[in-house]
Parts: sequence; structure tokens; C-alpha cells
Amino acid sequence: MPERGTMQSKSGISKTMAVLAIFIIVIGTVATYYILNPKTTITLNGAGATFPEPLIKKWTSEYNKMNPSVVINYQGVGSGGGIQQIKEKVVDFAGTDAPVKDEEMTTGYLVHIPETMGAVVVAYNIPGLTGSLKLDGDTIAKIFLGNITKWNNERLVALNPELSLPDQNIFVAHRSDGSGTTYIFTDYLSAVSQEWADKVGKGKSVNWPVGVGAQGNPGVAGLVSQNPYSIGYMEIAYASLNNISYAWIKNEFSGEFIEPTLESVSKAAEGFLDQMQEDVRISIVNSPDPEAYPIASFTYILLHQELNVYGEKMNFEKSRALLNFIWWAVHEGQSYSEALLYPRLPPEVIVICEELLRSITYNGQPIITS
Amino acid sequence: MPSPLFLFGKKESKGARKFVSGDSIFKKLTLISALFILVLALLIFYELYSRSQLSISKFGLGFLTGVEWDPVHQVFGALPFIYGTVTSSIIALIIAVPISLGIAIYLSELAPRRFRSPLSFMVELLAAVPSVVYGLWGLFVMVPWIRDYLQPFLESTLGFLPLFQGPKFGIGMLAGGIILAIMIIPTISAVSREVMLAVPDTQREAAFALGATRWETIRFAVLKYARTGIFGAILLGLGRALGETMAVIMVIGNRPQISLSLFEPAYTMSGVIASEYIEATQEIYLSALIEIGLLLFIITLIMNVLARLLVWRMMRMFRGAKE
Repeated sequence: MPERGTMQSKSGISKTMAVLAIFIIVIGTVATYYILNPKTTITLNGAGATFPEPLIKKWTSEYNKMNPSVVINYQGVGSGGGIQQIKEKVVDFAGTDAPVKDEEMTTGYLVHIPETMGAVVVAYNIPGLTGSLKLDGDTIAKIFLGNITKWNNERLVALNPELSLPDQNIFVAHRSDGSGTTYIFTDYLSAVSQEWADKVGKGKSVNWPVGVGAQGNPGVAGLVSQNPYSIGYMEIAYASLNNISYAWIKNEFSGEFIEPTLESVSKAAEGFLDQMQEDVRISIVNSPDPEAYPIASFTYILLHQELNVYGEKMNFEKSRALLNFIWWAVHEGQSYSEALLYPRLPPEVIVICEELLRSITYNGQPIITS
Repeated sequence: MPSPLFLFGKKESKGARKFVSGDSIFKKLTLISALFILVLALLIFYELYSRSQLSISKFGLGFLTGVEWDPVHQVFGALPFIYGTVTSSIIALIIAVPISLGIAIYLSELAPRRFRSPLSFMVELLAAVPSVVYGLWGLFVMVPWIRDYLQPFLESTLGFLPLFQGPKFGIGMLAGGIILAIMIIPTISAVSREVMLAVPDTQREAAFALGATRWETIRFAVLKYARTGIFGAILLGLGRALGETMAVIMVIGNRPQISLSLFEPAYTMSGVIASEYIEATQEIYLSALIEIGLLLFIITLIMNVLARLLVWRMMRMFRGAKE
């Protein structure tokens, strides 16, 4: 028995030695790394909306390949979280789908840079239907208000004379979580239907008159694809990646039915260029451009107008790195959009972005002068 | 038992040297760990309470009875969520309790000895499956089954009751209750089995000696003896059902309404917090969500305290019986 005791303590010592050795090796490696790579990197932190996250992640990795000394992190914590973190100066930039109002900017003015656009499609599942369903704004509002409950309702038949719509109840699916997608969709319905604006209104979460709620784009897509005779709304990229049928929506100004594509979404911004000169924080649903898809929206990067609000955490060099990255994102960065199913910013909007970026200062000094 | 002061070494001035090293330090460390849990619970309560002040002062008791939940117009009432949480949990108990007791009785009294361990292991394994997995299974397998088979069956047989009328989507209160039942069966059956095994064999032997049949032995010697513990097990299951979030969100339809029909969608307290918290940017909205969290915290706390008390009382009874 005493032998066993010594054996144990011996193995105990060698275990301790092994742990120590690993510890020393790790410390040594880390130390060597820092000795060989003196600290020249600039780290930029961002947080916010999940909708542009895939595109921003692509930008950060591509930008880092060209500028190894700039490391950029972005966390998709949701628009609300992003706004809160930039107000508290935890992050250098934030992403948001819904713009921040002047009176909500309690800790310094926030410049909104449109970085890409989003569009919401009205997805449906009608077994046996050939051809695309066509809808107009008022009809969509009536379906989601519960005023139209059957697929063979006369308004739906009048919009789709070439389709044979079934005598079935409409199953309505919507998002249950607060989301920018819901904001864009209800913003559109409020713009085209007075009844919707009065009864429900627009917001990231609303009091839905009818329907079943599901979590996220995958949840709504799951409901729509599993329930025959259903209708729902979701992010355009999600619908097209998952082969879900979506409707063509009537442009109220030209009377044409517009297929949601990256080009027709891009057009939505072009209908509002004059208003954008004054303030980019505008809603671009129901765009007057004749070829525009009407359920679209900007998504923004937020930056502090005066970057010295960060105190010691910011300096001129870092603020220039920050603006250079955003400048690159709205120019060269746009070439990564289509592959990830985001619309490109129209050239006129990029010019507006340039002016906005020039307006940002550090200690009153403009940072980008070219 | 030494006095609690012993832990701080105050009364131990003489002859304490032999305790000074490991033992007393270890004892204090464990005491701190134990107190840590208590402090944590109090801090959570305080934080929830203070951060829901805005909503408490604006809506008062009307928050508990309000049926409207409208973030756009900032009208918040919690009743549909309380109703959803309580009703789905009750449905879960109605389904889960008989099945769980069946499992527990079989495993503790009737099963051949070589089946007991593997079967008990399986039951405990089910308790470890993450709830989102149950949710996915529920959405893709259970909901279509409910829609295509269970709902038409219920409607044709029990359709005269308002409970089983309404739209047949599959998704809804019934689906939420069934998925919760499946999730709490492992908890209830595992704890009930432990409790039944704790019944002294003398009880069973006495019943057999009096000429009782197997069923009579189980009923009078085991179940009657173990009833407080079983009740505690059920309350533990209820506690899990009340707080369960992800799986329920995926199948219940997330619609804040109070409807007699079990086919209609509903919403739970934990569900609305998880869904809407991230994008709730207005202060009153956030505060209302936190107040729902506070209500849920209080309800589950009461349930769990009750369950623990019952189980402890039962355990003490056994100790008395054995001695």
C-alpha cells in the first residue's frame, strides 16, 4: 500500500511538471509573437444590425488582406444593441436598419452612412400554382389586417386574372422577434394603406391583427413552406437562397408589377435622391421611380460626427483608419454585394456618402480631405 | 453542531491550532460559495425590480390584467403571456404526469433488474437533449403530425368542446403543451423513480405479508408513501415547463391572445422576452419586457421553493421511518 502512495505522488509531480511545461510554452509563444510583431495594428470595433452582417464580415476580411495593420471586428447584436453601444462609445461604428432620430442622439451627433440596401419580399405557398402571384400594397395590407381571408377573394383574382386561385383560407405568417425586416414591411404597409397606419402602424414589433409568429427569417420561411396556402414576408436574400416563391408587387406610380431583384431594389433609392441630399435618414418604401421595387430600405453605418468624444481610445491616426475603411466599403466594397445578394448603392448615393464622410472631424479637423 | 461562529474561528482560541490550516479555510471557502448563490438570486431580483420601475409606475396592477401588447403605441399588458405560460404548462402536466408515473413505477417496481439501468439511463439522457433540438423536431415532425392527424381526430371526436375548435394549423397552444410534456417527462419520471426507490422495503414486505396483490402493494405501500415526493417531482417538472423558451417559441405560434381553443396560437412569458428584447429600443418597452421577466422569476421561484420543501419533508419522513 505505501508503494501505491508513492506511485501516486510521483505521477502527481510529473503531472504538475507537464502542466507547468505547457504553461511556459504557451507564455513563451505569446511573448515571442509580441516581441517579433511590435504593436502597430489598429483595431476597429463595430456592432449592430444582423441584416448587413455577412456583407460587413466580407468587407472586414477583404480589407484586412489589403491592410494587414487594420483589424476590424463586427458583432451582429441587433440594431438596438449597436445604437446603445455607439452611444456609450463602446464601439467605433455601429450598424442599424432603422435610423436614429435627432432627439435620441443623447451623447453626440451620429452621422448615418447608407452602406447597402435591404428589401422584403412577400413569400407564399400555393400548391399547384404556376406563374408568379401579383399583389398591390392595399391588398397586402388587407390580407395582413385579416380583411381578406380567402385566396380566391375577388381583389386577388382581379390582380391575377391568368392564375387559378384556390378556394382556401389564407394562413398568415409573420416575425415574432423584433426585426428590421418587420420595420421595412410595416413601413411600406403604413405608406400604402391608411387603415394599416391607423390600426397597426410601423415598428420592429407590432401588434399583428392576424397570423402566426415565428422566430427569424428561417422561422417564417419554415412556416410558409410547411403550411399550404400560406403567406409571409422575409428578407429577399433568404427567400431566393431557399427557393421560396415570392410575389411581384405593383409600383403605384407606374402601375407596373415589379419583380424583386437586386436592380429593382437599387432603383428604389434613385426615386429619393433629392430628399437624400438633405437627410439620408429617409424611408424609401413606395419609391416614385417607375422601375423600383416598393418594399426597400437603406441600412446604415453610424459614426460619431466628432470623433474626439472617445477620449483616449481615439486618436487622429485611428480615426483616419476608421474613415478609410468606411470609404472603401461604400466604393470598392460594393463589388462584393451581388455575390452575397445585396443590392449595390447607386452612384448618386455614393456621392452623398462621400460628403457625409468628409463632414466627420477629429478635434474639429476634417479627416478625409481628398 | 458547533455554533456558526466556529466558521469564523472566534471561539476557537484554545486548541484550535490543529484546525487552523486546511479544514477551516476550506469550510469558509465553501460557505462563501454557498452564500454567493443567495446573493446572486437577490441581485437578480433587485435588478429586475429596479429596471422594471418605469413600467410598474406607468401601468401599475393594470399590467397584470391588460390584454393588449402593442409596442408601436406603447400599450403593454401581460395577461396573454401569463395565460399562455400557465395554460401550456398545465396541458404539459396533464399529458406528462400519467406517463411519467408509469415510467417511474415500471422502473422502480416492475421492470426486470437487467432492464432497469439501461432504461433509467435512457430517461436521463432525454433530459439532457438541448431544448432547441426538441423545438426543431417539434416544428418539422410533430406540428405536421398534429395538423394532419391529431387535430382532425380531436375535432371529430371532441369537437363539441370549444377547446377543440378553430383553425387547424398544427402550430398553437396544443403543440406547445405537447412539446413541453415531452420535455418534462424525463424530469418527473427520474425524480419520481428516485423517490419510489427510497420507500423502505419493509413497507412492501409488510403489504405482501398482509396478502396484498402487486397492484395493491404499489398503490398503498409505495405510491401513498411516496406521494409528497412525487408531488415535488411534478412541481419540478412544472418549474421547467414554466421557464422553457426555445422549443415553445418554435411551435406555439407566438400570438399574444387569450383563446379558449387549444388550436389557436398563443405566446409565453419567456417567449416574448427572448423574441423582442434584442430590438426593444424604447425605454418603456424594455421596462415592460423586464417586468414580465420579474413576474416569471417570482412564479418559478415560488414553484421551486414549494417543490424543494415537499421533497425535503418527504426525505426527513423516511429518515425517521428507517431509524
